[in-house]
Amino acid sequence: MSKRYWNQYQKEIADDRYFYERSCIRQSFFPGSEAAFLKILREELGKDIHDDVNQHTCTGIGYHSDVVPFETTMTVVARLFSLMTQAGYENYVPSCVTSFGVFTEIVETWKEQPALLEKTRKLLKETTGREFNIPKNIVHPSDIIYKFRFELRDRMKYRLVNRYTGKPLKVVEHIGCHYAKIFPKHGVGNAEFPYVLAGMIEAWGGEVIDYPERRHCCGFGFRQYLVQQNRGYSLANTQKKFESMQPYEPDFILTNCPGCSMFMDKWQYVIAEMENKTYDKDGYGIPVLTYEELAGLLLGYDPWTLGLQLHQVQSERLMDKIGIPYNKNEKFKGVSGKLLPYPEKPEHLKV
Amino acid sequence: MGNLYQLLSEDVRFSECLKACMNCGVCTAICPAAEFYRYDPRRICDIVQRRNEDEIEALLRSDTIWYCGQCMSCKTRCPRGNVPGVLISILRKVSQQLGYFAESEKGRQQYALTKTIAKNILDIGYCVHPDRISPELHPEQGPIWEWYVEHIEDVAPKLGANYHGDGSGALRHIRQESLDEVRKIFQATGAMDLLDDIETFTKKETGIDDDETLFALTYSGEEPK
Repeated sequence: MSKRYWNQYQKEIADDRYFYERSCIRQSFFPGSEAAFLKILREELGKDIHDDVNQHTCTGIGYHSDVVPFETTMTVVARLFSLMTQAGYENYVPSCVTSFGVFTEIVETWKEQPALLEKTRKLLKETTGREFNIPKNIVHPSDIIYKFRFELRDRMKYRLVNRYTGKPLKVVEHIGCHYAKIFPKHGVGNAEFPYVLAGMIEAWGGEVIDYPERRHCCGFGFRQYLVQQNRGYSLANTQKKFESMQPYEPDFILTNCPGCSMFMDKWQYVIAEMENKTYDKDGYGIPVLTYEELAGLLLGYDPWTLGLQLHQVQSERLMDKIGIPYNKNEKFKGVSGKLLPYPEKPEHLKV
Repeated sequence: MGNLYQLLSEDVRFSECLKACMNCGVCTAICPAAEFYRYDPRRICDIVQRRNEDEIEALLRSDTIWYCGQCMSCKTRCPRGNVPGVLISILRKVSQQLGYFAESEKGRQQYALTKTIAKNILDIGYCVHPDRISPELHPEQGPIWEWYVEHIEDVAPKLGANYHGDGSGALRHIRQESLDEVRKIFQATGAMDLLDDIETFTKKETGIDDDETLFALTYSGEEPK
C-alpha cells in the first residue's frame, strides 16, 4: 500500500483570523500547551487568533456522558458561535478533539435537518438574545500546525534526530477517536491514514511508527473513566496500545487530543506501580508529548514553561537524545522563582 | 410500554444512526467496549431495528447500554453508515427519561456524573477543572498531580494560565453573565429536567437520600470514608 494514501484525504484549513475555543481538559492538564499554541500562531506565524473572555465549555464531555441532552449541546455551541460572530471571525478552532467532533456533528446535523438549525436559533435568541453565523471553517489547532509545518520547521532550532546515532527518532502518533472517526472527511488523512501528526513528525525529521493498534481508542470512554468503578476499561484499552507499540521501541508518543495525552501518560504510571512494568527498556516509560509541546521544544521554548514537568513520565532523556538543553534546577520552581518542594517519587516508575 | 421504539425514533439523531443493519458485526469487532465487557453493539442494533418492545425494554433496564465508551469507532467502520454509538446515546436518553436506568448498577452511575461533570459546567463553565479533580478521587493521576494541585497558584501562571483571574486565558474565572446564559440554555432545553430526573429516580430506587453516600456508592461503589 502506498505510503502516500493520506494525500487523497485533505481538508480546507483557513490561512488566518481564527476564533480559539478553550478545551476543558487541555487547560486543566496542559495549560502550557495552550499558551504555546497561541504564541506559535501569533509570534512565529504572525496570525490573528482571538481568545474570547466570554467563552466556556462546549459541554462535549457531558454530552458523551449522557448528562447533557443533544438539544442543550446544540444551543451551547450556538452561543459559542455567537461569540465568534460578535467578534467578527469566521474560522472556528476548538482546542480539543471531542469539541471538534461535537462541532462537526452539530453543523452536519444542521445541514441534514435545517429545521433543527432554525429551532436552535430560536432557542438561543429566547434564552440569551443572541444570534450567530455558522463558521465558514472549523479546524482543530493541530490542523493549523500541520498546514504550516514547513514554515515552522524553518524556524526550529532542533530536529527529531537522535544526536548520538544520527538516525530519525521513532515516533508513535495518536490522533484521538473524535478527530476523524465520526466524520473522516474532516480529518487530514481520514481515519484510516491519519496524517495530521504524522505530517509534523516527518517534516521535523522523525520517523512515524505504523503499529497494529495505532487507531485503537486511548481508552477514555467518558463514563468509563469519569466514574471510578469503571476505570479498568480505560486502563485496559490504553494498555492494549502500549503492548502493541512496545516491540517498535518508540522514542516518544505524540498526541492530538489532550485527554489521550493525559491517559497515555498517567496509565503508564499506574501500570508501572501495579505491575512494575514499563514499556521502555530502562524503567522510565515512554514520554507522551502534545503536538504543541513538541513544536515548542523544537522551536527552542523552555520545557518548564511548556509544562513538561506536569507529565508523570518525564522527558529529560528524550530532550537529551535530541540535544535540547534544559536547566534541571528550574524544573520545580514557581512563577516567582521560588523553588517548590519536589513532588513525591513513584515507587517503581523512574523519574 | 408498547411505544418504546416510537420514543427512540423521535430523537433527531435516530434517522442518521440506524438504517437497515445487516448484522455483519464489524462494529462489534472494532469496539473497545466489546473487548472489555460482555457487550455486542451488533445485537443492540438488531434488537432496536426488529422493534421488539420486550427486548428493547429489557435493554433500557440493563447495564448493557452503559458499557459503550462513545469512541465512535463503529461509525467509521459500518458499511451501511450506521452509528451504534449514537443509538446507545438515544437508548440512554430514553432510559433516563423513563427512570429505567436506576434499575441497573451502571445506570445509577449517572448520579455521580451529574454531581461532577454537569455540576462543574453550571458552577464554573467547564466540564473539568483542576480545582475539581482531587487527588483523593483520582489516585491514577499520580504524585505529579498532587504536586500541581498543591502548588497551582505558583505553577499555573508560569505555564501561561490566568488561574482564577479576570479576562481571557486558561483556568480563568468565568464571568457570571456567561454562566447565567449557560444556565438559561440548560433550563430551556431540558438539561435541568434531566439532572433532576436522574437524582429523583436514583434516590427513589436506592432509598438513599444522603447525597454524600449516594455519590460514593455510584462513583466508587463503596460507602463514604
